[in-house]
Amino acid sequence: MPANFMPTAQEYLRFAPESLLILVGVLLMILEPLSGPDGKRKFAVISFAALAAAIGLAIAAGMDPGPAFSGLLMVDGFATFFRVLVLVIGMFVILISTNYLKLEGHESGEYYALLLFSVVGQCLMAASNDLIMLFIGLECSSIASYVLAGYLRDDKRNNESALKYFLLGSFATAFLLYGVAWTYGTTGTTNLTAIRAYLMDPAHHANMVVVGAATALMFVGFAFKVSAAPFQMWAPDVYQGAPAPVTAFMSIGSKAAAFAMFVRVMMTAFEPVKDRWEPLIWISALATMTIGNCAALRQSNLKRLLAYSSIAHAGYLMVAITAHSEIGTASVMFYLTSYALMSLGAFAIVVYIARKGERFVEINDLAGLSQRQPLVAALFVIFLLSFTGIPLTAGFFGKFYIFKAALDSNLVWLAILGMLNSAVAAYYYLRLIVVMYMQPPAEGAEELLAPTIGIRVTMLVTAALTIALGIFPSFILDLAGKSAAFAR
Amino acid sequence: MNLLDILLILPAAGFLLTLFLPKDNPGLIRNFVFGVSVVTFVFSLLLIGPVLASPGRLALEGNSSWIEYPAIRYHVALDGLSLWLVILSTFLTPIVTLVSWKYIQNRVKEFYAFLLALLLGVLGVFIAQDLFLFFVFWEISLVPMYFLVGIWGHDKRIYAALKFFLYTMAGSALMLVAIIYLYNKSGTFDIPLLLDMMAKGRLVLTGAESNWLFLAFFLAFAIKVPLFPLHTWLPDAHGEAPTAGSVMLASVLLKLGTYGLVRICLPLFPGAARDNANWIIVLAIAGIIYGALVAMVQPNMKRLVAYSSVSHLGFVVLGIFTFTQVGLDGAVYQMLNHGISTGALFILVGMLYERRHSLEISDFGGVATAAPWLTTMFVITTLASVGLPLLNNFVGEFLILQAAVQVNFYYAAFAAIGVILSAVYMLWMVQRVFYGETPETVKHHMPDMSTREWAIIVPLIALMVWMGIGTQSFLPPISANSTQLLQVMKQPAPPSAVQAAKESVHAR
Repeated sequence: MPANFMPTAQEYLRFAPESLLILVGVLLMILEPLSGPDGKRKFAVISFAALAAAIGLAIAAGMDPGPAFSGLLMVDGFATFFRVLVLVIGMFVILISTNYLKLEGHESGEYYALLLFSVVGQCLMAASNDLIMLFIGLECSSIASYVLAGYLRDDKRNNESALKYFLLGSFATAFLLYGVAWTYGTTGTTNLTAIRAYLMDPAHHANMVVVGAATALMFVGFAFKVSAAPFQMWAPDVYQGAPAPVTAFMSIGSKAAAFAMFVRVMMTAFEPVKDRWEPLIWISALATMTIGNCAALRQSNLKRLLAYSSIAHAGYLMVAITAHSEIGTASVMFYLTSYALMSLGAFAIVVYIARKGERFVEINDLAGLSQRQPLVAALFVIFLLSFTGIPLTAGFFGKFYIFKAALDSNLVWLAILGMLNSAVAAYYYLRLIVVMYMQPPAEGAEELLAPTIGIRVTMLVTAALTIALGIFPSFILDLAGKSAAFAR
Repeated sequence: MNLLDILLILPAAGFLLTLFLPKDNPGLIRNFVFGVSVVTFVFSLLLIGPVLASPGRLALEGNSSWIEYPAIRYHVALDGLSLWLVILSTFLTPIVTLVSWKYIQNRVKEFYAFLLALLLGVLGVFIAQDLFLFFVFWEISLVPMYFLVGIWGHDKRIYAALKFFLYTMAGSALMLVAIIYLYNKSGTFDIPLLLDMMAKGRLVLTGAESNWLFLAFFLAFAIKVPLFPLHTWLPDAHGEAPTAGSVMLASVLLKLGTYGLVRICLPLFPGAARDNANWIIVLAIAGIIYGALVAMVQPNMKRLVAYSSVSHLGFVVLGIFTFTQVGLDGAVYQMLNHGISTGALFILVGMLYERRHSLEISDFGGVATAAPWLTTMFVITTLASVGLPLLNNFVGEFLILQAAVQVNFYYAAFAAIGVILSAVYMLWMVQRVFYGETPETVKHHMPDMSTREWAIIVPLIALMVWMGIGTQSFLPPISANSTQLLQVMKQPAPPSAVQAAKESVHAR
């Protein structure tokens, strides 16, 4: 029992980004019924500003690392890195959402409020140092995104997506919770640091069967959230059905946060038993890459293709977790940053191509894009080459660091199979380039208007950063390297 | 600033500037890119002096940090091995620019931009002294070629472009793993430094390790060369590419593979290279004969020339894996010869295509009466390609065969069959295309060479003769390098290192 039950001002500062976003989210809910149908744009502006302010707060909090609220939160470099990452992702998602919502006639404060709540959950996932806190963060983020997935409630696909996501998601979270309960039953604590200490201490003779089962149960929950095999089945359907900006949000922001908590739990609490979970994750990593890449080969729908590709990328990230080293953690952080950039760019283009009612999300709708909108096509090529892992793009260094970490930990076969996987992936990314550059536009194709400002900013900024990180990766990598050590 | 930096900056800047030129003024774009490539070529001639001044050593070294951790350095240098390959690339770029002058009318800006990007990629590969940098340029050279084949190629271009990309990608994936593994062992990507560490016994690879690493690199290079039976992407890519693409692919991109063998596989893994030499030579000879036999039955001229490349590149690999002074000299010389003569063949076939809009041999006949000068040029190039003395290919093939005899007489005997077969398929094609009766369609569509075409072909023919007669103008730096390489390969590992290697084997 701590001597003083009241949190200090310092602890409140460490929780400031979340506090701000919750306040703004609630404010948006209150303002929503008060504003007329034409005044919805201001909600986007407010939430954008709130996220920007939250980034400032997160950095300020990161200047003074340490625990908060009796060790429930741990604001270390790792947490700060991921907080900033998910906040930036949130900002870009707002940029690509505004015009989309306007076209669909569903612009409202509710959307942005839900987005903010989900981001709060993601920030908590990144910073929590306690299984209970982690669960709350996860639920906060998930429940908001269940609603977002079905946001266009008159749309059948949206409904299907939301329902699937909700049912399977709650099932997986139940597994996670069960694992938490088992862990608590064995170790008598839910604090990650304390669990680690318990498992490290030889005097305790922890029952390895129970610990192993607890880890496995929690793995189910994590694997679901990061869409890793064999719990990836929901992702294609959900990603295809949800509104495109929400898909971007789920497949980038939620994924980054889920990986943050996954890495933290595995690298702190369960690190002492790493020999037990390493083979499990080894297999899962390989299966995830292979399933994602092979399934993506045969897709004709752009969103579904990106869904499978995001599964494959989760597989590469799992390779880094299998390496369970600080370099591995740093490479996860770098990869997620570069993945976020290129995916945001790619989804911005998907939103742009899809137009009202998402009528144009087939790969063939890209035909002749290089002649219709040369700049958009060229930027898409940058993102696709980055997904493929061609040098001078962020994706290349992402893969490079991951496989380097794997080889550092003597995972030679996993590295070889992973690299071969990325050669397979080249096929379906190149196919998009083929359609854009080597096929003529379809006869009587509807005219493509120039992209709106939000889309254009997103595309250009993410493309510039993708290239910049591909030439000078040190900036993010050094940051990741410094933050990869967990405060335990 | 180092001269080599400028060599890279010229095409890079040209590429970026081309992107900003107005799209609707193709003339300006052509002239601009032609200008840039000529400047790059002239500039690259300045590099000869410094390299000749320091035979067998790296000249014009530039070494600065790119990424702190892992220690990736921008380390470039030039030696006798890369010098002529660099000049070959810069020499061919203005030529293919001229070749495409009329042929490419569609999306001109993108075409020429990709051409300069391609030049940047290959130059980078040839001068990189850091494995990571090498890999980066290696992959960069892939992307523009993919577009050149895929956008401006013939009917099956998309299939060919994809196949080309995926084959190379699969090979380079394993190469990257090997590069990282080597880094984790040694802490550096720097090739000269790695060699130094090996010579001093500070980096010791067990036999199995160096064997696997060798194979990983070798596979990537063998795909690019391409070595039989990994060659299947080549006829498709060459056959479908536009003329400029075929020329760059055959003359320069294939050399990346053989260059990699000499630059990386041999010096870094000499033991493994020797252990594997026999089956590699067998494959090379199989490629020589197989390529020639398949070329003989091709109805399509471009595919015929493409298969002849498989055969010629087999000679290069054979020469490399004899590990003799003559063999290596001949192999490197043959890389250049093949670049000139096969490039010229593709260009001439392209000229025929522009006139007749067909590549099928059966659509031609009696071209000699309609276009005598074109025929003359074609015949000279053919004779060079089949290895007539006084022309360039003879020198390379002779040296390689000589080396093969030194190693094993049967190697030379079988490889020599390839020389004979090459005369058969080339001359037979010449006979069917240029002699015999002249169909009406050919008669009316076969103007003789234009000024632009003369400007393209004369430098190439001149080089064929020069390289056939004036071998001494080119060979000394190559020889110096081969001597140096053989010395590195012979160097016995220091005793302590051998001991350590044995111990680490036991420890396993």
